[in-house]
Amino acid sequence: MSELSQLAQLCTFTVDDLYLGVDVTEVQEVIRYQAMTVVPLAPPVVRGLINLRGQIVTALDLRSMLGLPEASSDELPVNVVIRDGADEAVSLLVDQIGDVVDVDEIAFEDVPPTLTGPARELVLGAYKLPGRLLLVLDTRKVQDVHLRGLAAASA
Amino acid sequence: MSDAPVFADGLDEIAQEFLVESYENLDELDRALVALEKEPNSRPLLASIFRTIHTIKGTSGFLAFNGLERVTHVGENVLSRLRDGHLELTPEIATVLLQMVDVVRALLGTIEQTGAEGDVDTAAVEAALARVLDPQAAPAEPEAAAPAPAEDAPVLDDTDAADGAADEADGPAELLAKPDVEEETPVQQVLEKAPVAPAAPAPAAVEHVDAPAHPEEGEQRRSIADSSIRVDVGLLDQLMRMVGELVLTRNQVVQYTADLQNVELQRASQRLNLIASELQEGVMKTRMQPIEGVWSRLPRVVRDLGAQCGKQVKLVMEGRETELDRTLLEAVKDPLTHLVRNAVDHGLETPADRVAAGKPAEGTLTLKAYHESGQVVVEVSDDGRGMDPVRIGNKAVDNGLVSREQLGRMAEREVLDLIFRPGFSTAEQVTNVSGRGVGMDVVRTNIEKIGGSVDIQSVLGEGSTVRVRIPLTLAIIPALVVRQGGEMYCIPQVSLLELVRIEGESEGVGPQIEHVAGAPVHRLRGNLLPLVFLSEQLELARESREALNIVVLQSEGTQFGLVVEDVVDTQEIVVRPLSRQIKHVEGFAGATITGDGRVALILDIAGLSQRAKAVGGSLSAMSIEEQLSSEDWDANGLLVCRVGEDRRVALPMGDIARLEEFSDGDIEHAGDTQVVQYRGELMKLVHVGSLLGLAGQMHADRYSVVVHRHDGEQPLGFVVEEILDVIEQELQLSDVGTRGGLQGSAVLQGFVTDIVDIPALVAAARGGMYV
Repeated sequence: MSELSQLAQLCTFTVDDLYLGVDVTEVQEVIRYQAMTVVPLAPPVVRGLINLRGQIVTALDLRSMLGLPEASSDELPVNVVIRDGADEAVSLLVDQIGDVVDVDEIAFEDVPPTLTGPARELVLGAYKLPGRLLLVLDTRKVQDVHLRGLAAASA
Repeated sequence: MSDAPVFADGLDEIAQEFLVESYENLDELDRALVALEKEPNSRPLLASIFRTIHTIKGTSGFLAFNGLERVTHVGENVLSRLRDGHLELTPEIATVLLQMVDVVRALLGTIEQTGAEGDVDTAAVEAALARVLDPQAAPAEPEAAAPAPAEDAPVLDDTDAADGAADEADGPAELLAKPDVEEETPVQQVLEKAPVAPAAPAPAAVEHVDAPAHPEEGEQRRSIADSSIRVDVGLLDQLMRMVGELVLTRNQVVQYTADLQNVELQRASQRLNLIASELQEGVMKTRMQPIEGVWSRLPRVVRDLGAQCGKQVKLVMEGRETELDRTLLEAVKDPLTHLVRNAVDHGLETPADRVAAGKPAEGTLTLKAYHESGQVVVEVSDDGRGMDPVRIGNKAVDNGLVSREQLGRMAEREVLDLIFRPGFSTAEQVTNVSGRGVGMDVVRTNIEKIGGSVDIQSVLGEGSTVRVRIPLTLAIIPALVVRQGGEMYCIPQVSLLELVRIEGESEGVGPQIEHVAGAPVHRLRGNLLPLVFLSEQLELARESREALNIVVLQSEGTQFGLVVEDVVDTQEIVVRPLSRQIKHVEGFAGATITGDGRVALILDIAGLSQRAKAVGGSLSAMSIEEQLSSEDWDANGLLVCRVGEDRRVALPMGDIARLEEFSDGDIEHAGDTQVVQYRGELMKLVHVGSLLGLAGQMHADRYSVVVHRHDGEQPLGFVVEEILDVIEQELQLSDVGTRGGLQGSAVLQGFVTDIVDIPALVAAARGGMYV
């Protein structure tokens, strides 16, 4: 990693007690919860399909993906729509949306050893922010969650 | 000029394409030649110029534009010398080459307008090119210009066979009559000047040649080069997608405005409706190509194949201008070729056989294409021997596709349909043309893959017709919208045969769903229709069964009924692919946005029928009966039935001939015995329940009857409440609950089941007394 400090902007959100972020350039938009069409027989992480101004977007449940329990409160999750290179888009359902945070690459560290379970695989690393740890999601792996599911099922 | 044939009507499509392509090439050529002057030894440039001229030469020869061919031929010689380094590019040679381009352009212009080459003078430039090749032949350059046309005149006579000698004579006369002859003058002038002032006239020549032509073109029609452009297919696809979206949005707008009272808004929405439809049509047209593109290679196929099989074939093509989407065109290419090969190889007889049958020695193969109810129909018919259902049936039995018994039950149409089964072949011997047993099933699979269908009609001795139906386009399809568990699902209408709605049993229609060998079926006009429940397939909660909505579908030659909660509507939908997270999920072919703005999944009908087969075990009614008749089952097969309220009994399959069903009305009474007429005999009915001393319901609207027949004795009908399943299992008999008429009990499929002692039962029934 370069010695020069590189600034990045992360769109942050929380899922359960995890504080997560993805690079703002990867985020298409953040929208409130939408009614969605359930896809029967789909893996449980696929919550449904939403119509985003004519674009059909697959909504993925980040809680279930990270192996977290279902939300206990009645609050509806928020859609963080992530752009996909292949003209597709997926929405990550998160508990609450946070601020856009400026981070310094110097503060970037590998995945903390305390992080275990499915989350470990889906996180690129962490930024030490004053008072808390911001985990950076690996959006590519998150979108290929179906492959993981298949591999797990066949294993 | 008004009486001269105008290009689009006078020339066929090949020539049109040739012109468009040549104009593009000529522009390129101009640029390349000028660039070549700057770097005279550039091999790639020379090679590209050579190729261009070579292409024009080749095509013009093919289209019999002799003048054009001659000019490009000489030009090509010069270029090949340059390319091979035998000749150095001088400004003079460059000029002559540019002149050649001009003359080619002039010729193309005339062809475009009149459909023929007219009398654009080519001799001068040919001579100039010839001089480049062989400077010694022409003694002095300045003099060469004048004699050149005269010298070459005989050549023109020789080669231009079509116009013949009249060419020369007509020349002056046409000068007065034909406006395009004007072109001749400037060309000639320029050419004659050319050797004298090499570099300068080239650009001037273009103007001179074009100038007189332009006013006419303006009035007549736009020039080909201006009126058609090449467009990237990707862009067209994108346009098509966007129009699809527009159509969907339009649907929503129209739906919402219908509820409002605002007249202006309604007017605007109607206008939007109209414009969107027209736009959709227009964009769809841009992707349309005539089927001729696929047919064009068939005459050759037929000719070669005819010669190979020793058959005389006349190929008739009707409706070659019928258009369909280019992606579909690509997809039907191979199936159509296969059908044509089949028709020649199998359908038509040898000339001797034909004459013997009182037909003309030459067989006729007819290809017909037309539009019908939003689909393109392509028929391949021959006037050959037709298909013999008996022969096909025998072959199918030989090939192990059906059993004799099944065959006997099949209608003629169904027998003909057997040729679409994988592994079917009637060819007596394998030739390199056909007979390998792969073919018609592949044709059907490929056609169904693009949402089409294939069926066949044949009259023995008179010929066969294979009818292929293809959708016009794949992008926007009509679909049936159904509801299940609160969500909407779309079913492409190509698979849809009919909708059946049956009100609850309270209406007294009797049981709607029967079980044959554990598979649910519905009796639709006397045929057993296997049922597939959408709720089960999608692992959703079962709907209430007050009424039964059956969507009768056909896929890959199998009919089945899809039971859905509710049938909602029909809609035009735009098929969108599924995202990769759910692409692998079975049962869905895509997604779409419906008129109300929600996302709906499109059911994969072929996949569902496959899935249903896997889940239900034996899906088709046919295969159930097959199980009954097959020898294997006789050994230790068990027919599991329900008698009384909830008792399960199993009947060894030994002498069980068939499963039948009779309605209350069929049952007659002879004394105190119930009988039915069965295949010309009287069959006594015995209620298994009461025979075994179980509480059995003696009166119902319909009776499920197990027909028992032992070695030509009178058949006996065992009445059960419901037929549940056919299983094969070693019996572990237990004595628990042994009674007369029972062999004992066993646990089958997790239920305690009484095993019926058939001989005892038969004896009891015949004796008319209970055991």
